[in-house]
Amino acid sequence: MPVLWIFLFVAGLAVIGFVLGRARALRSADGDVRHLHSLPFYYGANAALKTFVPAAIVLAVWSVAQPMVLDRQVSTMIPQSVIDDGGSLGLIMSDVSRVAAGLDQAVAQGAMTAEEAATLRSEFTDVRARLGEIGVALGADVKPEVLAAAQALRIKQNTASWISTFVVVALAIAGFGWAVMQTNKDFRARTVVESGTKSLLILSACLAVLTTVGIILSLVFNTIEFFKLYSAKDFFFGTTWSPSFTGTSQLGILPLLWGTMYISIIALIVAVPIGLFAAVYLSEYAGPKTRAFAKPLIEILAGIPTIVYGLFALLTVGPLLVDIFGDGGALGVSWMKGGTAVMTAGLVMGVMLIPFVSSLSDDIINAVPQSLRDGSFGLGATKSETIRQVVLPAALPGIVGAILLAASRAIGETMIVVLGAGAAGKLDMNPFEAMTTVTAKIVSQLTGDGDFASPEALVAFALGMTLFVITLGLNFVALYIVRKYREQYD
Amino acid sequence: MNDMRIMERSVETNDIKIAANKVQVFYGENHAIKDVDVQIEDKTVTAFIGPSGCGKSTFLRTLNRMNDTIDICRVEGDILLDGENIYDPKVDPVQLRAKVGMVFQKPNPFPKSIYDNVAYGPRIHGLFQTKADLDNIVEKSLRRAAIWDEVKDRLDGPGTGLSGGQQQRLCIARAVATEPEVLLMDEPCSALDPIATAQVEELIDELREKFAVVIVTHSMQQAARVSQKTAFFHLGNLVEFGETGQIFTNPSDPRTESYISGRIG
Repeated sequence: MPVLWIFLFVAGLAVIGFVLGRARALRSADGDVRHLHSLPFYYGANAALKTFVPAAIVLAVWSVAQPMVLDRQVSTMIPQSVIDDGGSLGLIMSDVSRVAAGLDQAVAQGAMTAEEAATLRSEFTDVRARLGEIGVALGADVKPEVLAAAQALRIKQNTASWISTFVVVALAIAGFGWAVMQTNKDFRARTVVESGTKSLLILSACLAVLTTVGIILSLVFNTIEFFKLYSAKDFFFGTTWSPSFTGTSQLGILPLLWGTMYISIIALIVAVPIGLFAAVYLSEYAGPKTRAFAKPLIEILAGIPTIVYGLFALLTVGPLLVDIFGDGGALGVSWMKGGTAVMTAGLVMGVMLIPFVSSLSDDIINAVPQSLRDGSFGLGATKSETIRQVVLPAALPGIVGAILLAASRAIGETMIVVLGAGAAGKLDMNPFEAMTTVTAKIVSQLTGDGDFASPEALVAFALGMTLFVITLGLNFVALYIVRKYREQYD
Repeated sequence: MNDMRIMERSVETNDIKIAANKVQVFYGENHAIKDVDVQIEDKTVTAFIGPSGCGKSTFLRTLNRMNDTIDICRVEGDILLDGENIYDPKVDPVQLRAKVGMVFQKPNPFPKSIYDNVAYGPRIHGLFQTKADLDNIVEKSLRRAAIWDEVKDRLDGPGTGLSGGQQQRLCIARAVATEPEVLLMDEPCSALDPIATAQVEELIDELREKFAVVIVTHSMQQAARVSQKTAFFHLGNLVEFGETGQIFTNPSDPRTESYISGRIG
């Protein structure tokens, strides 16, 4: 039975449970709500939760785990000779599941009988042609072992899905029965529902945390895999980045880190003064009308997708900079060879970061109490003296935090760099040279027809891990500074 | 509680420091201060009393143009400081505020060291030549605010780390460091405990030797204890202004008597 139907059955049963539980509770109190321990709603909710939640959880876990378990069982059927022939076990297994799905589809469309699909032999039938007729395209002729594995997979899938249906439905009915049986006017339904709600909330929080842990673990394991193939020393201290799929790659991270830092620093040099001055203007000088109009306008900058910034860098800023700093440009110098350069990406990224700095700083400056400004004015300080000597120092920890958050954003930025900074990993001081960053290289190492077992592809995980550690560190430092030096105003 | 002292207090006459004639203050449409005439004498403590919302704080803030920072606030009439109208377009509010210092209701030390808090005014007005001069000003101001002994060993510590009463005396030191001629105090003791209040009141009495002090207070005992002149505000009007002893013992207006005896306010 398809998962959707099971789910609908369980949900329907939960609704019935709600109505029944509520009615039963009322009946046990002779229709007088005051004799019930809890409001009638809680008796209904108790029945609905007990019917739905355990069954739904089992269903979800089963749906995720079933393909993994079955794949592992079936993969033992594939002989080593076929694996050597077809590249890797992963590729063969994806063939197997594609054939199995194709057979399912053929049966569903009536092109094959169920019996035929189960007994098909590639020695006698051209499976590829038969499946092609019904729109399932296969890359190569189906090997007998693959077909056998696919048929075995179908049988196992079928069994497993029947078992899961049985287990889930049984669980739902058991929960339903249990909840309805215990419903009576003295049953403490409210307490049970409240603690049930709490458990659901905890479960959600755990899911979020577990996902994060899962992502980090996958990074870590792939990074370890990479360091088995490539020496950590060469990776962290190598000064050349030249991946090649012929096996003579030099994968030093330093040129990429340098590019990342260089572009981020230029971006911050652009964004911090402009953002900060904008924030000071908005919070201290602008009238309420200007503020109501200008603040959202600046924040629109934060809503522009970064790929659009990338286009802007590639098509507008790059050529403009070449016109100024390039050969035959306005300055008569030829520092810049092409439109893609550290400077191009840095300037555009700076524009992107302005709203981060200005919006956060504006909030922080507004949080400085008016009494401090009054105190300063009362001593005969001018507005700019007050801002420079009282307001900004009081807001400084928050502003530093805002800048560090902007920095971690700059380090993680990808699209502007891909389009604006070029693709060459280089250690160079000239800001008009094309360089590239860690993020841009992660993209280029994982796109295209890569073999995921090679160091050239796995290096992406090591790069990602490095980046993750750096931005995590920056965020920690930012939060620490903000917490430690924040003045407590009440 | 100190009624005897009020009776015995001698009545002196000093020069008029601030003269307010027919002052009106508007907050947008709201007419907050109506036709107020007050003469504030030099080397005298003048207390403004009255129920909440009667306009006494608003009037105090017009004396050093602190209301300028509020957009919708509008002031009419003349306020003369040493004969010069402070609302004259030629007058720079920044210079005015250096002459008319202010201490606020809630202690508001800057998030800087104690030393830098006191040195703030002298620094922005350039009142010193050498570092030693500045050290002198800081020490003198802290002594005058009766807090020197408590903070002399931790001048580099943060001003916000002091207790409430110490913070308020630090704010007073900060205000006197710019050598003002008038000191305005907006309920300076409302956030303080009785001991700190007593210290600040004693201080106000000493400050009278050098400045004209104007103090807004909710506590009638405090007005009676520290002031020589008292002005009673009610609903934006100046109801009565005169010698403190006379206001508290023999008020001429029935509203003053009702307020002092606790029937209104």
